[in-house]
Amino acid sequence: MLSKPFSKIIGIVFGLLSVMVLLWASVIYGLTYITTSDVIDSFVRFDESNQHYIIQDTRIPRALIAAAVGSSLAIAGAIMQGLTKNPLASPSIFGINAGASFFVVIGVTFFGITSITGFTWLAFLGAALAAVVVYSLGSVGSEGLTPVKLTLAGAAIAALFSSLTQGMLTLNERSLDQVLFWLAGAVQGRDLDLLVSVLPYLIVGWVASLFMGKKMNVLMMGEDVAAGLGQNTILVKLSGAVIIVLLAGGAVAIAGPIGFIGIIIPHIARWLVGYDYRWVIPYSAVLGAMLLLMADIGARYLIMPQEVPIGVMTAFIGAPFFIYIARRGINE
Amino acid sequence: MSRHRSLRIGKSSFLIDTKATAIITGLTIGMVLLMIISLGIGQLQVWPIDVVKAVFGAGTDIQNLTVQQFRAPRIVLSVFAGAALAMSGAILQGIIRNPLASPDIIGITSGAALATVGFLTVFSDRGNALTVSIHWMPLASLIGAIVMGILVYSLAITRNGVQPLKLVLIGIGLAAALEAITTMLMLLGPIFTAARANIWLTGSVNGTNWSEIQTIVPWVLGLTLILFLLTPRLNIQELGDELAKNAGAFVQRDRLILLFVSTALAGGAVAFAGGISFVGLMAPHMARRLVGSAFGSLIPTAALIGGIIVLIADLVARTAFAPLEVPVGVFTALIGAPYFIYLLFKSKK
Repeated sequence: MLSKPFSKIIGIVFGLLSVMVLLWASVIYGLTYITTSDVIDSFVRFDESNQHYIIQDTRIPRALIAAAVGSSLAIAGAIMQGLTKNPLASPSIFGINAGASFFVVIGVTFFGITSITGFTWLAFLGAALAAVVVYSLGSVGSEGLTPVKLTLAGAAIAALFSSLTQGMLTLNERSLDQVLFWLAGAVQGRDLDLLVSVLPYLIVGWVASLFMGKKMNVLMMGEDVAAGLGQNTILVKLSGAVIIVLLAGGAVAIAGPIGFIGIIIPHIARWLVGYDYRWVIPYSAVLGAMLLLMADIGARYLIMPQEVPIGVMTAFIGAPFFIYIARRGINE
Repeated sequence: MSRHRSLRIGKSSFLIDTKATAIITGLTIGMVLLMIISLGIGQLQVWPIDVVKAVFGAGTDIQNLTVQQFRAPRIVLSVFAGAALAMSGAILQGIIRNPLASPDIIGITSGAALATVGFLTVFSDRGNALTVSIHWMPLASLIGAIVMGILVYSLAITRNGVQPLKLVLIGIGLAAALEAITTMLMLLGPIFTAARANIWLTGSVNGTNWSEIQTIVPWVLGLTLILFLLTPRLNIQELGDELAKNAGAFVQRDRLILLFVSTALAGGAVAFAGGISFVGLMAPHMARRLVGSAFGSLIPTAALIGGIIVLIADLVARTAFAPLEVPVGVFTALIGAPYFIYLLFKSKK
């Protein structure tokens, strides 16, 4: 689609502008109608009206969180798909979300943790553990790391974590109440503090991911070729894994397990700019933010006055896409 | 002694695998003993001899009541649910030719889960009471399982028929979507519904009564009978598409029928016992190690092992943290996941 560097740059600028527009739309539209001048007023002369509170405490945090979470999950998905050569790779399919949920529920059930920072660290820990387990499980066996084995290992580990999570929740209804909402994946009702506490990790992940592009291009030519060209393939994979854990873990910590973004976006990005990961990664970031912002706006209108959890919205969009890719064949 | 013996009845003859027959007999005896032990263990301890008496109504009143009304139904359900899941898994592993396939992995359980939670949500009134009888719930789960089976199957159809691997991948993808919707329903509904749904989702045989047994037992037995008639076709499926076609089999049609039987078995199990995971994966493997991969002996062996796994899991689930009841699915997952890891390692040569 976009073959020349110039058109790729134009594309990314256009994408960034779209993110801005969507951020604005996310603040404006919803059950309570708000105008742009209200938004400005809420900063310039805050009058403690309901509207101003909604803008400051609800709409703005949720817009920023959706953008940050969307781009983090998309970048994590792009790196996972590249490193594992698996077009279905994504944090949710590989059990990373389930691992994070499992640890959060352990924290709530056994240690009575309810603080934001507690949740965050538990989610990180769970995401990292699941990533390591699934990756190593996918790599054992005679034929080494194959896309299918990785997917199966991910599905099984996700099944294990979610049964254990559900088991704990059946024993303790109070924690079910606290955790269920988080488990559905949502960006509304999340404090800005939550984003701020995770932001450093996300920023490290974002910046580091931009340096991964060139190395991943080399790795995509095959491990032997990459090693022949003098690349330390283990180091590249390891840094990729750290970025995945930072971004997927951070995103899950803020918004709960949101699926499918990590699968869809890298495909759209590759369709737009081809297989050059120096472009795929930034495009994934921008498109991920756009998709989650749109899903979040849509989630408000579907069953008004209630809201559909955003994880469900992305599943609605993502499942048909996933099936399309699976039908086309995993090895192509 | 040769491994096989032929048995001739009139014009038809059967090849009897003596080793498999011995193993199946042994497993059956083991399962019955385990059932007796499990019937006796709990808050009220009953000695095995007294359990047998109580089963026939010859124990003390309290023993009769506990054994017959409280423990026997859940134990019978454990056995049948475990057996059904194991047979379902054995069929799937045969037609998908992937040793890691199982009803929960291809999403049949998620279909049933969504239907069940949907049932609880739709038919609950504001006071959290169900507006229809809870006895309809298994029907909802079964329909969910079968619809999901059909959906996954039809989405996996391509020009070259149904490719087994695509079946698995599409199952995983659809399951992820359905789980999201299930969570949403739990979230939108009252917390009471969520708690109830959650127990079902993990898999539990607690609180089973005889009327449920009267539904699941004929269902599983009927399907088992059909499955036995289909065994030769299942054996052919394992050869792979090309060979099977050359052997004169209608590969795609047989695959559809077998998939339906597999789905109906798993659906029946989860309808009454909830989302018990990993049994459909583990039992056929263990059976294959014991009796080899010919389905004639594999299926009964797998069924017995499946029953035994759920029996043990239930025994642990209700005694380990007594008086708390851990859902049985937690324990099958705890045994199943390491087993899955072992299977992946074993493929290393």
